[in-house]
Amino acid sequence: MKRLAVLAIGVLVLCGIVFADNPLLINGAGATFPYPIYSKWFDTYHTKFPNVQFNYQSVGSGAGIKQVTEGTVDFGATDGPMNDDQLKAYQDKHGFGILHFPTVLGAAVPTYNIAGVSGSLNFTAEAMAGIFLGKITKWNDPAIAGPNKGVNLPATDIVVVHRSDGSGTTYIWTDYLSKVSDEWKSKVGKGTSVNWPVGLGGKGNEGVTGLVKQTPNAIGYVELIYAAQNNIPYGAVKNAAGAFVKADLASVTAAAASAAKEMPDDFRVSITNAAGKNAYPISSFTWLLIPSKFSDAGKRDAIKGFLKWMIADGQGSVEALSYAKLPKEVAEKEKKAIDKVM
Amino acid sequence: MKGAGPSAGSRTFFSKLREGDEIARLVTMIFAATVVVIVAALVWELWTNSALPRQKFGFHFFVTEVWDPIADQYGALPFVYGTLVTSIVALLIAVPLGIGAAIFLAELAPPRVSDTLQFFIDLLAAVPSVIYGLLGVFIIVPVMRTVIFPALNTPFGFLPIFKGPSYGVGFFTAGIVLAIMVIPYIISVSREVLLSVPRDQREAALALGSTRWESTWKVVVPFARTGIMGSIFLALARALGETMAVTMVIGNTPKVAASLFAPGYSIAAVIANEFTEATGDLYLQSLIELGLVLFLLTFILNGLARILIIVTTQKGSGVAG
Amino acid sequence: MNAKLRWRKFVSNFMLAMTGVCAFVSVLVLFFILGYLVFNGGASINWDFFTKLPKPVGETGGGMSNAIIGSGKILLLASIFGVPIGFLGGVYLAEFSGKGMASVVRYAADLLNGVPSIVIGIFAYGVVVLPLKHFSAYAGAFALGMMMIPITLRSTEEFLKNVPRMLREGAMALGASKWKTIATVIVPAAYRGIVTAILLALARVAGETAPLLFTAFGNRFASTSFSQPTATLPVMIYTYAVSPYEDWHRQAWAAGLVLLGLILIINILARTILSRGIAVPRS
Repeated sequence: MKRLAVLAIGVLVLCGIVFADNPLLINGAGATFPYPIYSKWFDTYHTKFPNVQFNYQSVGSGAGIKQVTEGTVDFGATDGPMNDDQLKAYQDKHGFGILHFPTVLGAAVPTYNIAGVSGSLNFTAEAMAGIFLGKITKWNDPAIAGPNKGVNLPATDIVVVHRSDGSGTTYIWTDYLSKVSDEWKSKVGKGTSVNWPVGLGGKGNEGVTGLVKQTPNAIGYVELIYAAQNNIPYGAVKNAAGAFVKADLASVTAAAASAAKEMPDDFRVSITNAAGKNAYPISSFTWLLIPSKFSDAGKRDAIKGFLKWMIADGQGSVEALSYAKLPKEVAEKEKKAIDKVM
Repeated sequence: MKGAGPSAGSRTFFSKLREGDEIARLVTMIFAATVVVIVAALVWELWTNSALPRQKFGFHFFVTEVWDPIADQYGALPFVYGTLVTSIVALLIAVPLGIGAAIFLAELAPPRVSDTLQFFIDLLAAVPSVIYGLLGVFIIVPVMRTVIFPALNTPFGFLPIFKGPSYGVGFFTAGIVLAIMVIPYIISVSREVLLSVPRDQREAALALGSTRWESTWKVVVPFARTGIMGSIFLALARALGETMAVTMVIGNTPKVAASLFAPGYSIAAVIANEFTEATGDLYLQSLIELGLVLFLLTFILNGLARILIIVTTQKGSGVAG
Repeated sequence: MNAKLRWRKFVSNFMLAMTGVCAFVSVLVLFFILGYLVFNGGASINWDFFTKLPKPVGETGGGMSNAIIGSGKILLLASIFGVPIGFLGGVYLAEFSGKGMASVVRYAADLLNGVPSIVIGIFAYGVVVLPLKHFSAYAGAFALGMMMIPITLRSTEEFLKNVPRMLREGAMALGASKWKTIATVIVPAAYRGIVTAILLALARVAGETAPLLFTAFGNRFASTSFSQPTATLPVMIYTYAVSPYEDWHRQAWAAGLVLLGLILIINILARTILSRGIAVPRS
């Protein structure tokens, strides 16, 4: 009898839990590149609007694109814009399209762990391509040592670290390498998941940062904030105008300057290797992938509300995390585009 | 109570039904059948959802090293290689240790000590994979890089399997972590099997003048040999399917490499890393085909293991005293 | 002759000592793991850990309350799914079935037991997540429940079969029908063994991570719903461990300690209950 009573109470509690009045939960997944600012945003937004919870899982742009196409999450996020095939696949599957909304500007930086080197190394495009192609294997190779006179580079083997998961950061990095190296373009190409010639795989920006931090003589590519938050040195890259530029708010904003004026309607644009002497060559927008139609009006309104907030108030907190704000023209254009979500 | 009496053929279906027995039989049968249905559904899902790569690549799938999502070219070789290499390394470490420990527990230790130690070994088997992964990342990887690699590479670096460089992560590290995970299985099954060897076998050997060790190693262990083999198969099956601990320390690089210190990949690890992001049917189904391969491997090994263990324990109990 | 005998004796003692070393090294690993977890994670276990949600990336503090609740929910649901199937299936095998059906079911259960957990995750993704278009606690529970079935089923069968014939025949002689005998006499007699088997099955799936990666997915918040993505302890440990943040490493150790502590306590409990009764059938 007693056992039955306990069971009955348990079932009642369970019912209470299952049928309780829940806040609206909106699920998203995707890029790890902007995860620090997204998690801050969603946290702040939830404090402002306690009835709405945005659950964002940082699983990589590849997974973000895939899961939003499958419909298992309400929105996605990516730093590598969906290509035409992927857009068509979405359209075919759902009967309506999916929209890109840029959120912030960020930079992919080369971060490394070399004993005795705590400052910023200069990397030319050839050096960068050579390292990731596996052709430059030692840290004291002339291609690296050349622009870094005065730095004591050891004769140790370079440990390349890349992403093991489908990644928009990989897309940005390989997009840049494809623009500056024909060999990279023909041998490897650009994408969220490529056939890396060399290197270890880490999961997410978090995993790559972790590996670089723990592995002597490693070099990896991560979003700026990951290197900054973890106090690991990162290098400057030679841009199209010939100057060695380190990633920061000014150089990333400069990279977006020309693209901002000519932003296409679907917001898909690449700003790597941008012109301009102050531009950081491995910069990129990052996008939220929002379906153009929602059957659930509550979710739709919550998402549209968030987008409006993100373009206005949200931009105020991005610089503290080393992301650059959206250029004014882009923000204006985006505000109008929010109406496309129905 | 309805009169039951000895069961007679004259009781009709409906009278049995009224007594509830038939209902009970049907209900429990449905639940038992559910198990069979679930397993059948699992195999069917794996098979049908891997049709594309099976048609496109056929057996080439297993000998191709390329894993290129952009070019949509997929080959299972690096993953099969990594799975096998790490498992073999694990067995090379775990089998001597495990059998040694089992011999101690079965032959030497007084029963209470043996039972207590076995209790702790069973607890070791209960430690989840992700915790082994934690320890692997923070303890074994640095030790590999700072202690084991120099110790092996400096004298033996000319051998392909000990070639550098070492990153800490790699086949060897994954093998060590797997070894720790499978030792409990080897120990508990081998101990059981050794305990089931009839006493007279040992006593006969000792009566003929052998030392304790000789009677163990030359008589008892060979008698239990098949069962011990079974425990090794069991351990191998466990090692093949391990996911989390391996993906945290193997380096996640889809390449075949001769050196044990090189980073690699395993079937389970690549599925864990790439499943949720595989866009395109061929990509996803290639991963599922890998899952099917893993399933078949563990299925065969587990089946063999069971047969070997049963044969040995029956042999032990069947021999006349 | 004497020298040879001395050598053989030496070898014997040496090898036997080595086996002792093997045994103690193996056991030592367990204590090393526990010790390391306590050392690294013990300091990080505070009230916050159990009650607070995770903080945004890069900020220190926060806790894993969502993961703890999530794991609890999924394990509860997994038991509700897996235990009845395993238990009633075991009853069928022990009491009702003929030889043919029994071996098929047993074979299927053993097969299921050997399936790598990542493959179970693939299956659960296809069967639950895709049709429902949602990562959910249901999907995670489905995967874990499936893993609980074989242990529960085989153990139930074993323990029921071990109940002495005298009890059965006594009940029958008093005129009880078969199902009544099972329900009121046999099952209660085997009760202890079956409960411990369920506990052991629970302990086994409590630490599983791989099948949850694409079923329960993950959730920043603690949700009371079962049809939403859910954070779980093992997945949190994994995510935090491979990250670069020291604070997250700390929390991963703490979570590892909590998880392992729970699993070990369940195991110890189950085995001591059992040792007072019947021996554990080794799976």
